[in-house]
Amino acid sequence: MKKNVVHEILFYLVVIFISLMVLFPFLWMLSSSFKTQTDIIAWPPKLLFTPTLQNYEKVFGEQDFLKYFINSTVVGGLAVGLSLVLGLPAAYSISRFTQRRLALFILLARLMPGISFLMPWYIIFSRLDLMDTYVALVLSHMLIALPIVVWIMSAYFNSIPVELEESAMVDGATRQYAFWAIILPMSGPGIITSVTLSFIFSWNNFMFSQVLSMEKTKTLPIAVYNFVSYAEVDWGGVMAAAVAIMAPAIVLTMIFQKFVVKGLTMGAVKG
Amino acid sequence: MRQPSFVERHLRVIFPLPAILFIALLMIFPIFYTLALSFTNWNLTSGMPMSFVGLRNFFRVFAEPRFHDAVWRTLSFTFLAVFFEAVLGTAIALILNRAFIGKGLAKLLLLLPLVATPVAVGIVFNLFYDPTIGLANWALSSLGLPQGLWVSDATSVLPSLVIVDVWQWTPMITLIVLAGLAGLSEEPFEAARVDGATPWQVLRHVTIPMVMPVILTAVILRLIDALKTFDIIFAMTGGGPGYASETLNIMGFKYSFEYFRMGQASVILIALFFFVLLCSLGIMKLRSSSEN
Repeated sequence: MKKNVVHEILFYLVVIFISLMVLFPFLWMLSSSFKTQTDIIAWPPKLLFTPTLQNYEKVFGEQDFLKYFINSTVVGGLAVGLSLVLGLPAAYSISRFTQRRLALFILLARLMPGISFLMPWYIIFSRLDLMDTYVALVLSHMLIALPIVVWIMSAYFNSIPVELEESAMVDGATRQYAFWAIILPMSGPGIITSVTLSFIFSWNNFMFSQVLSMEKTKTLPIAVYNFVSYAEVDWGGVMAAAVAIMAPAIVLTMIFQKFVVKGLTMGAVKG
Repeated sequence: MRQPSFVERHLRVIFPLPAILFIALLMIFPIFYTLALSFTNWNLTSGMPMSFVGLRNFFRVFAEPRFHDAVWRTLSFTFLAVFFEAVLGTAIALILNRAFIGKGLAKLLLLLPLVATPVAVGIVFNLFYDPTIGLANWALSSLGLPQGLWVSDATSVLPSLVIVDVWQWTPMITLIVLAGLAGLSEEPFEAARVDGATPWQVLRHVTIPMVMPVILTAVILRLIDALKTFDIIFAMTGGGPGYASETLNIMGFKYSFEYFRMGQASVILIALFFFVLLCSLGIMKLRSSSEN
């Protein structure tokens, strides 16, 4: 009995330790974002300090932060939306006609290094005068979102019994109508999973936007990165910017926790 | 019986066609474009017309010590990071694989690094690693250890970057292995218990062999992504100091978008592509063998 209690205490200590390791960078980022520059460069590092909002005021005031925020949202939103339009029928087809090779073909877009298409894009988009436009950015971010949508949705459609469409088809409906009117309305959870995940990955993307966007369509990760290179020592401002960029993805994750876990793990466990 | 329409008869082609065309246009065509460029001397800044140079770019890049270093660095970064992620990730999953108070919260916390913007993560770790004001050196000195230069020094930069990758991606392995553990059937465990196996024996001879396929898939997925690591390295060091943290991805990026030597850049990209393809074939092989 006594051995069990010790065992339990040890177990919870380990769990707390793991949680702290995971959480610590977030906590430090958050607390630093409320520190003055003097508090940040203090040695030894300060745990207790008077919080200030000046870093957030600076980030949202001086920098065009709101514009970048909107850019990120528009690019992510359009890329995810268009990927659903292309990806849902493709995923349905993969699921119902067991097109395994097609699934692998689309998965390739998730596996291949982005830079091996980014360099040609740069040349092609420059020629077409599409640099620093939403078109170029949305197209590139679709290549992030589409494989996620197809991957998650084909597995999701697999879990919907075929009999549902078949009985509608016996009653005279076409297959495409059954897909639209019966299957899609049942696919809410799968769609939420794929939208959440693909939006987060588009939101976090750095490399594509770094090359394809300039002042007009700059997204948040680029803005945060530039903030560091211009203002090397302004750690408070940088940390406030880091909090601002991570907050939406983290909030989405908290809301859709169950879906995000499923989306991230299903590929490896069963798919 | 109603006669199926043209669309309905060809649905298996029509439904996936837009997605296939999109990927062909935006991925397959560019990859061949890169391949073609590798045989030319194209330099965007020189203004000279492009000409065919055969395998000269390959010989030049393959002879460069900077390229050898980048290949070696890419492989060692990948191996080190994924090794620690696999060991730690599996261990944490095995620890958490039981009912306990706050399990939901613990799993939520594990998700957070996975969705955190890598560029921002890199910047936060740069604050940790700052030699004069960073927590890392403060921790070392309060333990009585000598302070380090972390990402500012050529010898410590790669391990410092590995730590960031391990922090961010270990939870991925943990969550995948946890999902795998949840899907195991109870029977072998009961059989082992009936036979009087110790918990340690159960772990070694039943649990681990049974989740091994899941661990392997997770590891290969991580290998592929670790080979391509770009954001944290670019944001934290830009490949420096000197070239000390320049991986293939960073080197390819610099050749493409800083030096605009497209021909040579293509060769570097093809090399990276090759390593990723090798791992991808591994994952497809695993997938088809687990299906049979």
